[in-house]
Amino acid sequence: MSSPSWPGCVTDRRALIGGLLAVMLVRPTAATPEALEEAILDFTKGTAPQVGGVVLDIPPLVENGNTVPVSVEVESPMTEAEHVRAIGLFNERNPLPHVLTAKLGPWSGEARIGTRIRLSNTQRLVAVAAMSDGSYRFGEAQVIVTLAACVEG
Amino acid sequence: MARTLLRVPATVTRGEVVEIRTLIQHPMETGFRSGENGRMLSRDIIRRFTCLYNNRPVFEAELHPAIAANPYLTFTLRVDESGILAFTWEGDNGFSQTETRTLTVA
Repeated sequence: MSSPSWPGCVTDRRALIGGLLAVMLVRPTAATPEALEEAILDFTKGTAPQVGGVVLDIPPLVENGNTVPVSVEVESPMTEAEHVRAIGLFNERNPLPHVLTAKLGPWSGEARIGTRIRLSNTQRLVAVAAMSDGSYRFGEAQVIVTLAACVEG
Repeated sequence: MARTLLRVPATVTRGEVVEIRTLIQHPMETGFRSGENGRMLSRDIIRRFTCLYNNRPVFEAELHPAIAANPYLTFTLRVDESGILAFTWEGDNGFSQTETRTLTVA
């Protein structure tokens, strides 16, 4: 407990605080539930989507967030009169709320798409379908990620 | 040229709904990752995927950094006639690649 050790201790504390601050500043901004809502409303042009008819197929628990298989299926006869025009897939906690938007039509036969995504964290995924009558439907899924795709988003 | 994997049925019956699976080799660098020198790696992703069937657009997708490396996409198509499927991937740094496959109605 010699007095010369004190200044060193103070600088260490400052360095520690500075370091913590740097970590907080460097941390990439993650999408928030608000950003998710915003992205969905942008996709639906302001219309609130109705729940149901959209099934998101994704493992409820994934060990590696770097590549997670996901598929979206929408209940629709896919006829000229009644079909799905587009499907949008969104996430809650990656750096950006968007994942994928796909355009389809009656020629698709079925409204089903699949891909592999990155998940930076345990989060909620939302799939929105744009129907031919101008309405929007959505379905969601909760995924637990044990090894995140870190800042790879 | 990036490697691609396309799964298209060789022959189909008229009116059948087929599932088409596509994969292309691509790093899909998100732009949110730092490299060895601590600097952010610039974004390099595939932005758009389109599929034309006899020159008619049948599927189109807009991709974001949340799509995993080597983007894999599946979609369905009702086949009424034989024809040529053209798959195009477009992305950052002028990336563009097109592959074609023939679909034969038996």
